[in-house]
Amino acid sequence: MKMNQLIFSLVLALAATLTTTGCKKGTPKLTALPGQRSGVVGGEYPPSTLPPANPFGESGLPTGTGLGTKTGGGPTTEFNMDDYKQDHDALAANTVHFAFDSAVVKQGEESNIAAVATALGANVSDKLLIEGHCDERGTEEYNRALGERRALALREALAKAGVSPDRIRTISYGKDKPANPGHDESAWAQNRRGEFILLHPKAGV
Amino acid sequence: MKNKILNFLTIGLAAIALTGARAQETPINIVSTINIPGQVKPVLIALDGFTGEAAAVLNFDLYVQGFKVVTPDAAQYLIHGTGAGSVTGTVTDKIAKRVVLSRSYNGASLRRQAHAFADDIVQTIQNTKKSIGQTKIAFKSQSAGGAGEIYIADFDGYAAQAITTDSAIVAKPAWVPGKLALYYTSYARNNPDIYYHSLSSGQRRMVAGYSGLNTSASVSPDGSKIAMILSKAGSPNVWVCNANGSDLKRLTTGIEDSSPCWSPDGQWICFATKIASRRRLAKVSVNGGPVQALNTAGVSNPTEPDWSPDGKWIAFTRQAGDFDICVMAADGSLPVIVLVAGQNPSWAPNSRTLVFNREIGHRQVLSVLDVLTKQYKDCVRTTGSNSQPAWAR
Repeated sequence: MKMNQLIFSLVLALAATLTTTGCKKGTPKLTALPGQRSGVVGGEYPPSTLPPANPFGESGLPTGTGLGTKTGGGPTTEFNMDDYKQDHDALAANTVHFAFDSAVVKQGEESNIAAVATALGANVSDKLLIEGHCDERGTEEYNRALGERRALALREALAKAGVSPDRIRTISYGKDKPANPGHDESAWAQNRRGEFILLHPKAGV
Repeated sequence: MKNKILNFLTIGLAAIALTGARAQETPINIVSTINIPGQVKPVLIALDGFTGEAAAVLNFDLYVQGFKVVTPDAAQYLIHGTGAGSVTGTVTDKIAKRVVLSRSYNGASLRRQAHAFADDIVQTIQNTKKSIGQTKIAFKSQSAGGAGEIYIADFDGYAAQAITTDSAIVAKPAWVPGKLALYYTSYARNNPDIYYHSLSSGQRRMVAGYSGLNTSASVSPDGSKIAMILSKAGSPNVWVCNANGSDLKRLTTGIEDSSPCWSPDGQWICFATKIASRRRLAKVSVNGGPVQALNTAGVSNPTEPDWSPDGKWIAFTRQAGDFDICVMAADGSLPVIVLVAGQNPSWAPNSRTLVFNREIGHRQVLSVLDVLTKQYKDCVRTTGSNSQPAWAR
């Protein structure tokens, strides 16, 4: 009995709430929306026009290489790319291709690795940039990491071939720069790749 | 186990009070609805009197929050009003036979008024304080050559504006919660680096510009920390730092780590990785420690997790040939649910709606998905291929 009374009063309270939140026909409540703002982000109101993006500011924080490492290539290398001229042609014939969703340097790519090692051995002041690329079958950020793993695997292979990893930088483009814009297996096979860009010191560096 | 099931029950109390009934005789129906993503029936509504922009906004906003427009005969709620000059409308519950909402709007734009009315409809009928009509998204728009810009827009894709003009490859915008500020990846300096960009001042600064890969920034719920992928130690792994880039710390050493996101309590980083030769989603404490696999067994190639603001769900992308948007219970208590084809899910503040991108003719198009009913609609397009949307929340 007591329980029933309790439930009944709960029902009455609920019914009362519903009645007060409901509105009578013909007297709509007015909601005034502030200004011309087209939306609010969190607590902030956007200005009517956004200021242009400033040039990229320096962080003032240290950049550079990291802590420990697991791979044979070691921590990534820091040198100023602006001090070098990029030569995309010299090693264009030595582009290495990968299996689907793999960052393992395949058997059969030894001659390309050897050719790149030889080129770097011939000019000790040259350095190397390795671009890692993927086909379109992978999510964007997964592929950005996969491309970096491919570039780092090539760097490790070059280290084993005697090139100091300190001379090698890596960059991943994920699937953003396909060599072939097609959407079939032959295009994908061409796009799963590592490209070698020889870096010649600019005069005076 | 019972508690876990209860977590996923929405308990609706429907009380039918009969006039003149005595206390003891009042019937009480307790209706339990299991809110399983993808299995909830939409609420049937009829729209009457709205034309043009107001009608378009109401249709879009309500559809992607679990409503479906049908004929007045079949509808439970009748939404009547006008969008001529300004928006005025009423909502009548046909079952309860009464007006549950009656409101008019002025100020701002007609479009904004219609969004505000949609918000009020959602809040009234779904008995929630959360709605999405006046929220923003950020995304990347890319040309065929690879270069692109970061954009922001209303959540339905309207009023899109580029916030960068660098003509560089860009990636993964991430909002600072509650602020007009973003982090994103840009190749503007010929390396994938992470930048902070205040939209109110235009100020930008580099936060992670280490040698190698700097990408996939995700901001902690309190805005004080960033999780991201860096390869500086020799492999792409999850790192955290303060909002300004200081106090950098490595959290993982996996061989295939990608796409970190935060739990809403700020305690965990969820990310994609490989454990015992299997692609998994996993989580790691923001203070470091062991990596814990999440219950994604049987799902091929899960990536791109995003944890819902209410903490209950993790949305992600699986790849089984093509890409699909999936959700899982964050506590692993339900099997993974596959929703629709697409990638890059990002939760709305309501923890019910997702923005994602899907492929149409080799271009990516943004789309908005109601997780419970699986209803989705494409956003208005910005030139190029649009992807990696991030919902401001």
